Amino acid sequence: MLHANKRPAFKRTRGLIDRVGDPVLKAVTFIASAVAVAVLGVIAYELVTGSRLAFHSFGLGFLTSQVWDDVHGQFGALSLIFGTAVTAGLAILIATPLAIAIALFLTELAPKPVRALLGALVEMLAAIPSVILGLWGLLVMGPYVKDQLEPFLSATLGFLPFFQGAHYTVGVLSAVLVLTIMVVPIIASVTRELFATVPPELREGALALGATRWEMVRGVLLPAARPGILAAVALGFGRAVGEAMAVLMVMGGAIGIHASLFAFGDTLAARIAGQYAGADTNIQISSLVYLAAILLVISLAVNIGAQLLIRPIDFRPRRQRIALDRAMETQGMSAD
Amino acid sequence: MTEPAFSLRTSGRLRRRQLVNRLMGALALGAALLAVSVLAIVVISVASRGASALNLDFFTKNQAQGFNPTGGGIRFAIVGTGVIVGIATLMALPLGVMIAIFLSDLASPRLARVTRLALDVTNGIPTIVIGIFVYTIVVAAHGQSALAGSLALAIIMVPLIARSTEEVLLLIPTSQREASLALGVSRWRTTFGIVIPSAMGGILTGTTLAIARAAGETAPLLFLTSLGTSATADSNPLHPLQSMTYAIFNYSEQGDPGFQAKAWATAFTLMCFVLVTSLGAKLGMARYRKKMGG
Repeated sequence: MLHANKRPAFKRTRGLIDRVGDPVLKAVTFIASAVAVAVLGVIAYELVTGSRLAFHSFGLGFLTSQVWDDVHGQFGALSLIFGTAVTAGLAILIATPLAIAIALFLTELAPKPVRALLGALVEMLAAIPSVILGLWGLLVMGPYVKDQLEPFLSATLGFLPFFQGAHYTVGVLSAVLVLTIMVVPIIASVTRELFATVPPELREGALALGATRWEMVRGVLLPAARPGILAAVALGFGRAVGEAMAVLMVMGGAIGIHASLFAFGDTLAARIAGQYAGADTNIQISSLVYLAAILLVISLAVNIGAQLLIRPIDFRPRRQRIALDRAMETQGMSAD
Repeated sequence: MTEPAFSLRTSGRLRRRQLVNRLMGALALGAALLAVSVLAIVVISVASRGASALNLDFFTKNQAQGFNPTGGGIRFAIVGTGVIVGIATLMALPLGVMIAIFLSDLASPRLARVTRLALDVTNGIPTIVIGIFVYTIVVAAHGQSALAGSLALAIIMVPLIARSTEEVLLLIPTSQREASLALGVSRWRTTFGIVIPSAMGGILTGTTLAIARAAGETAPLLFLTSLGTSATADSNPLHPLQSMTYAIFNYSEQGDPGFQAKAWATAFTLMCFVLVTSLGAKLGMARYRKKMGG
């Protein structure tokens, strides 16, 4: 403090920048975060505005009508909702046990050096662009589905209505298979991380009590990871519902509700991708935006649901919650 | 050596438990092999069909005009993808890093929670919906442009960059921040002089992953910058540009095997780019985490 009065003049300006700098940083980063939150709201608003015409014309009956007639301007989403539910639902049904088995193999069974490599390979499957999977599904998998898989299913399970009818390279079955390939790595990599976070004491405790490895998995690992696995499945479902390109390329793009998996079909996302550029009447454009609004509602529900599964809402009284937040903050932990 | 008091031979029940155990192990192995072989089949079938159509012309020439399945290449699609993804990165990177700084250093736990939820939900919105959104706010009034495509890709990239950067910022030890603050350095200088430089490696690998993801997106570009491969193009972001993903879709829609060969060659090029960058980024991230002891 002896030479405090001899401070060079430029230090004062630096002091000013420093004093202004912190609030500015806080403001700028806050605005950036506010933009990220606001984008969600703006997307919802634009979709609602864009679908107003179709909503006024068809109302909620849009959801229960099967017609999609661009000549007469009559539109309904039922067969698209059906196609979306069947493809995404079946893909999830096939993918979930596969993905959990892969995650178990990667965390419990695979020898250490193989784990990282196999894990990376599974994640690479998730990185393949959907248009490439669509191309592969159309030109490589499609002929196989038509000439091998569908005849086989007709021959063995043909008494069921799901496996009847003519065989094509594209259709519901092809879409299900491509979506399964997309969803498996997503669920597998999340599940694998969940398994890795289960405390080793729990595993070792079960093994020390004489449980076989599978009994340990069933009794300890799966119950401990259950909410997380459900969340991963929900995220995978959201991804399958929203996939447009690959489905557009391999599903046949037809309106109608059929029991057979061999039939052509279409989903909400694929219909938007296939028709939006060529739509020339306002009512058709608005109907397609209506489809997008339905997709947005589904994806919001699925994603928020998944988040709640991972981080349940805290129902304790507010004061107690804030105290807890503070306590955790001073410990250097985030409450989330 | 005395006889054990009870039999050490496995009883029927134990044998059954071990059998179930082995069966489940075999199923898990089978599932893993299935996933890896699907990856192998996809990669090999794209590579075997795509590699043969590749030559220098394919990268340096444009698709010949008119119905010409064999002439020319995808130069403008590569340029277009570069421009669209490049501008998207320029928009998303600063925004994503700012959000990450807010989340890791400045926000209250509740505000951080809301922001994180918004980012995760945005990440889950189908990309085709984001395409429709950008269409209504930009293209409906101003027509198609690469810039509109970049905006859609930026909306997809921001949550990815913000979340991965936040994770990296949390790996930087609090003691580093505290040491800087204790020396009287202001908060923002600490952030930009200490925290961000130490986190740079992690931020860049996270961004690379986001770039790999964005380069493979087709749905959001469909009606924002969907210039067919037979049209001439330039590299002005205010004009609609071609892109590799749209080129694959466009070629695949044509029945002629010559065009399909081009779809495969484009797919092979894109797949190599995406797989190499995302694998490289994943390895980089793993190394970075190890270095930070996270």
